[in-house]
Amino acid sequence: MSFPWAKQYTPSHPAMVWLDERLPLPRLIYGAVGGGYEVPRNLNYFWNFGFMAGLCLVIQIVTGIVLAMHFAPNTGLAFDSTEHIMRDVNWGWMLRYAHSNGAAMFFAVIYLHIFRGFYYGSYKAPREMIWLLGVVIFLLMMATAFMGYVLPWGQMSYWAAQVITGFFTAFPLVGDTVKEWLLGGFAPDNATLNRFFSLHFLLPFVILGVVILHIWALHIPGSSNPTGVEVKSQSDTVSFHPYYTAKDGWTVGLFMVIYGLFVFYMPNSLGHPDNYIPANPMQTPAHIVPEWYFWPFYAILRSFTQPLLFFPGKLMGVLAMFAAILVWFIMPWLDRSPVRSATYRPLYRKFFWALVVDVLVLGYCGVSPPEQPYILIAQLATIYYFAHFFIIVPLVSSIERPEPLPFSITESVLGHDGQAALAAKA
Amino acid sequence: MIRILSILAGIFFILGLVWSMTIDSIAFATDGWPTSAEKEFHEEHPKALSLSSDGPFGKFNKQQLQRGYAVYSNVCAQCHSVKHVAYRDLTALGYSENAIKAIAAKATINAKDPLSGEMKDRPGQPADHFPPVVYGGKGIPPDLSLITKARHGGAPYVYSLITGYATVPAALTAKYKDFTIPSEANGLHYNPYFANLNIAMPPPLASDDLVTYSDGTKATKDQMAQDVSAFLVWTAEPKLEARHQTGFMWVGLMLFVTVLSFMAYRNIWSGTKH
Repeated sequence: MSFPWAKQYTPSHPAMVWLDERLPLPRLIYGAVGGGYEVPRNLNYFWNFGFMAGLCLVIQIVTGIVLAMHFAPNTGLAFDSTEHIMRDVNWGWMLRYAHSNGAAMFFAVIYLHIFRGFYYGSYKAPREMIWLLGVVIFLLMMATAFMGYVLPWGQMSYWAAQVITGFFTAFPLVGDTVKEWLLGGFAPDNATLNRFFSLHFLLPFVILGVVILHIWALHIPGSSNPTGVEVKSQSDTVSFHPYYTAKDGWTVGLFMVIYGLFVFYMPNSLGHPDNYIPANPMQTPAHIVPEWYFWPFYAILRSFTQPLLFFPGKLMGVLAMFAAILVWFIMPWLDRSPVRSATYRPLYRKFFWALVVDVLVLGYCGVSPPEQPYILIAQLATIYYFAHFFIIVPLVSSIERPEPLPFSITESVLGHDGQAALAAKA
Repeated sequence: MIRILSILAGIFFILGLVWSMTIDSIAFATDGWPTSAEKEFHEEHPKALSLSSDGPFGKFNKQQLQRGYAVYSNVCAQCHSVKHVAYRDLTALGYSENAIKAIAAKATINAKDPLSGEMKDRPGQPADHFPPVVYGGKGIPPDLSLITKARHGGAPYVYSLITGYATVPAALTAKYKDFTIPSEANGLHYNPYFANLNIAMPPPLASDDLVTYSDGTKATKDQMAQDVSAFLVWTAEPKLEARHQTGFMWVGLMLFVTVLSFMAYRNIWSGTKH
């Protein structure tokens, strides 16, 4: 779908006319990310992260494919072949650092993208499907990142595989069988490494497919915007190209600067030193910690230290960790406020910022050793996390009195809108 | 309906947390702050060590790397390997091709004989990696190729560890009665920079002049420790200089691109309020 005033693709070159009649691929691109896609004129910089996330996916796929050409998915060779890439493959060190830090950049961008959604109510009707597909992408990213981290077969790789597949043993009856099925054995070994490599290669293309659906679903209602007021007239929108290609473009440059600072000047700052020690099943590291983008969820997992009724603590922790993400799937139906943007929701806005602080606290607890006072802090932060999504979000919309919305995007930008004046007269 | 279920689920998880918190708080109140000899006496922050490879424009000091290599090959190599390094890599330290051939030839490499197919000992060649080191004592001395990347604190940690041996503080033994006192018998040595406090490795640089530097530098304990730390930065990250140089080009180019594209963005939006 598109707005009636959206420009149509009109090829002028005979070759393009010929192609358009047979395979309208240029038409598709023109309508999706070209001059034919009409976008609200008032998007702020938080709307830049979708484009950047797409770029991150491309970078990961390109660097990953080349790395796979030099990597050996075998427990006896994986660690050494990673060092071979770092030392002997031409520009191998850059590819590997670009890939490992690229994953971190991808998550940083995705978290900003997701929290943009929480603040501006991007999940609300008619955009539920975009949101649902987005959560699917995030889950796939988590699985892909985890399996990628296992590949170099360092100490953290090995023990991450041990801990994460160990989650499934929390489930009664089937738990152990599921873990053995996932690992292809009783403990992480060659079968595990080899299948993780296969899946780590496959999943990015699955992500790519879901990203295409995500963008397709986006193009049905069109982009949301910071006021949360739907597009009403032509004066509310500008065409994606050149307006947003230019705006996304210069922030991509900025992104590349920051990304470059990590790759070239602090390539190991986000990793863990233990992963430069080859995997050793006989020696457990003093602190097993995941990569930074999993810290908040790791803190939630570890907060459930005691059994409740017939639920063991470990099972509670695992259920909570999954629930902490799965609850995002029902956000569109938990939040019944007709107002999208938190800019006009004074009460929800306060809770949103509390959530931001809360997730940062959880992250800090996730990387800290599992001892006091971090356990108590993590438990308090986890209580707020669950209270926020499961209780506050459903309740706040019925208590809250939203602030008045602008009549249209044009009015919010220009301070007046000819159509609003007409509507007031009528 | 979905909201009622969600609130019930939320209450369930919060009950679990409140219950966990209650039990943990009672335990915390009874046991107090967690404490251990390691927590109290481990030196988290290594001593300051300044190397020419530090910083965004850092380059290796080849003279120092050669000295560090001398320390490694005369002292460390008795127990520790550097298996990820090949003799040919030593060109980066400023050695000539002939010098490297000579260094490699001193090593004995067990490799497949191309004529008979049997495993045989032969003199090393520049293409060979440093061979494994057989250690007769207790424990497994780690390979040092990646050690400055494989430990918190990096090169300053390595430097602190090899110069940080000390006698057990009286306060420690007084407070923690079950602390293992290092002795000849148990083969342990007290070192506050080591996470477990007791390390099996004896002080490797116990006296000055364990090596004779060809550049005339006085081989004090501290000098040798600094040099070998610098050498181990190189073994862990041989492409460090290329990385710094490429980074300079990349960040510079991208800043230029960013400025240009920002100007393009301002130009395109100039007539449009948003």
